[in-house]
Amino acid sequence: MTDTLLPVDAYLVESLPEIWFGAVLFALGMYVVLDGFDFGIGMLYATRTDERERETFLAAFGPVWDANEVWVVAFGTMLLAAFPRVYSRLLADNYLLALGFVVALVFRGLGPELREQRDDERWKRYTDYAFIGGSVFAPLLLGMLAGRWLFGEATLPVALTGVGLVAVSIVTGAAFLAAKTEPGLASELRAYGIGATVAYLGGVVVLLGTVVLTDVGGAADAVLSLPVAAVVALSVAVGLSGSVLARRGRYRAWLASALSLPTLLTILVAILLYPTIYPPTGLLIREAVVSPLALNLVTVLGFPVLLLVLWYFKFLYGVFSGPIEGEGYEG
Amino acid sequence: MLQSGNRGATHKLLCRSVRSMSPITLLGAIVPGLVTFLSPELASRMQFGWTISVHIIFASLSIGLAPFIIYFTWKDVRTNERRYARLRSFWVKVFAAGFVMGTVTGIPMSFQFGTNFPQFAEVAGELIGGPLAFEAKMAFFLEAVFLGVLLYGRDRVKDRTYIISSVLVGFGAWLSGFWILIVNAWMQTPRGYEMVTRNGMEIAKLTDPFAAFFTPRMPWMYVHMMNASVISVALLVAGVSAYIVWKKPDAEAWNTALKLAVVLLIASAPFQAIHGDAYGRHVEDTQPQKFAAMEAHYETGQADLHLLAFPKSPEALTDPRAENLVTVSLPAVGSFLASGGDFDAEVIGLNEYEENPPVALVFWSFRFMVGLGFLFIGLALWGGFLMYRGRLADSTRYLKAMIAASPFGYAALLTGWYVTEIGRQPWVIQGELKTSEAVSSTLTGAEATLTLVAFVVLYVGLMLTALYILKWLVREELRSLGVRESSGGRWHGPIPWVSSDD
Repeated sequence: MTDTLLPVDAYLVESLPEIWFGAVLFALGMYVVLDGFDFGIGMLYATRTDERERETFLAAFGPVWDANEVWVVAFGTMLLAAFPRVYSRLLADNYLLALGFVVALVFRGLGPELREQRDDERWKRYTDYAFIGGSVFAPLLLGMLAGRWLFGEATLPVALTGVGLVAVSIVTGAAFLAAKTEPGLASELRAYGIGATVAYLGGVVVLLGTVVLTDVGGAADAVLSLPVAAVVALSVAVGLSGSVLARRGRYRAWLASALSLPTLLTILVAILLYPTIYPPTGLLIREAVVSPLALNLVTVLGFPVLLLVLWYFKFLYGVFSGPIEGEGYEG
Repeated sequence: MLQSGNRGATHKLLCRSVRSMSPITLLGAIVPGLVTFLSPELASRMQFGWTISVHIIFASLSIGLAPFIIYFTWKDVRTNERRYARLRSFWVKVFAAGFVMGTVTGIPMSFQFGTNFPQFAEVAGELIGGPLAFEAKMAFFLEAVFLGVLLYGRDRVKDRTYIISSVLVGFGAWLSGFWILIVNAWMQTPRGYEMVTRNGMEIAKLTDPFAAFFTPRMPWMYVHMMNASVISVALLVAGVSAYIVWKKPDAEAWNTALKLAVVLLIASAPFQAIHGDAYGRHVEDTQPQKFAAMEAHYETGQADLHLLAFPKSPEALTDPRAENLVTVSLPAVGSFLASGGDFDAEVIGLNEYEENPPVALVFWSFRFMVGLGFLFIGLALWGGFLMYRGRLADSTRYLKAMIAASPFGYAALLTGWYVTEIGRQPWVIQGELKTSEAVSSTLTGAEATLTLVAFVVLYVGLMLTALYILKWLVREELRSLGVRESSGGRWHGPIPWVSSDD
């Protein structure tokens, strides 16, 4: 019956495997952008001691983090659906990193949830540790996982990718909070944001420099290509202009530029991977992709839903746009 | 896996020596005898079984609470009665806490196919990847986004949008179960694929999506699981309501909730037994080995139906057989039921198979589940009788019974899943791929044991916390109803303890 509806032996469009490569990285990018600022909120939370400020942070985090977090499930399952071998190798070859990341997410998610259950100083301190610790380790380990995906077992580049993701999360977290809070707090946050921007840009340059010098996994040529140079240059421009906007107190514009940093980072990952999809074994996109029927099916059933998901994310952020209201976290 | 010949071997050797440097392995080398690790296979299976057991409690909480949430929200917005506002607010809080726990325990699930069972993920990727991705995109997002609205958006959206949000959250939970069970049903009765070689590995290639999604098992499993979730949550709601009514008999809202839960139980508990009976016959048709394990049926031939089974000796607990069980049995009725009407029908016994699932676990889990199912029917009928007499809330005995029974819906649900999953062994995909072949070949016993221990510790903490949250919510509710603390009935730990002093 389905033969007549879906082509069995040919992809709906010739470049469908490449489109799915893009779609999988799009889901990863959405995750890194959206949950990234959640991680940033969690890390900046550590710098606050005032209870009211902490509750403001949690109120900004409350309504959206859970939905943001689902993007990592979307990423994982889309990778499984389109490139099962990559899903298997990436997770099995990096067992402790992958499970360490999900455990960090458990702590990050439960911390605020538990915090509001009791009005007790010690209880709040422990749940805050969970929230802050999870918010630091989740991007660190996810970044290292991405580093292993790109560069295999080379220690320094992998560590730098982890630290880079932590830094960029602080940038987006600071910008997100600055755009949604009162000016006094915002100007304190901006200092962290600008510092993290400089650290991030420096980290990217050192990382790529290391890759060129040591030629890990033969990635030096890819790094020296024009697209990579363009993305790096653009990141520097966006980062610096964002910092200028932040200094001038134009926080919404800063947020827009801050959110494009992790977006550019994901594009960088895509460029470095292509046309392979698992550099450690040299596996190509075309070798790893599922058969035409399976890919056509997930395209026809999945893509319209993806558009719908984007629409209701717009709805969610619309409902909770504007300055943070209410006190604290209720979820 | 892409390398061949000598290069592959050298590469592997290199990986080994690098791997042996890892701190945990080093620890194992330094203190041999002190640290013993489980095999990667056993640790992986225990870890998956444990993490899914915890996750499914929260997943089914969402499924089962959905009808309650929708009803309370709708009634609250439409009638503006205070009791519905109270119930909505209470159960949405429970739902939200459960959903957070479901999310954080669900993400490890979506990764563990890759971390622990990569061969399974690779063999079955075309068949299971699609449904899992649809689950995330269609259902999980829907729930997460609109739960945000339901929790924080009461004053920010219109009444109608608010009601629709509650419906979408509930729909998301049921849709989520749909896609996940498509995957599990396929593992029980795989269809719609052919085995082909790709990148030097035998994998299942999707040939017929319709057959692969709507496998013979799918409708059975979906109905049984959704209804089991409804029963579990009805018992939970009834237990919490009974506790509050017991403490505060004139709590109007909670009398309503108790009645609603009992009505739901009257509808769902007997249905589950009737449905389960037919489901059993379907399992006999499609997975005779599992069916034989459920009945500890070793010799091929006529099968009796064991209505009740008691161990004659301690051995029966670990190795149930006709010889060491005292059974109340209907001779040949096993054959009759399995075949749909033939007393002499042959039921294949476990002796026919080379490798069997752990029979004791399957046999006793099955009996535990069925026994509880009949207990629920009894509680439902008792409640129906009391309601008919108009004294549901007056019977302290019934209230106490319902408080005591509140966790047992989940116990039945979990043991039912043990029958399904352990009963499928040694296969992970029935007749196609064995669990032992699905486990990661690069995983070490040390790594697997470490993460298993971490998940056990973490999730025990998580479960205790979940129980404490429920306890605190109930206590807060009692306080707002004006009940003084420590007035009979004790609840020190996470589980209410019904005292016998009144």
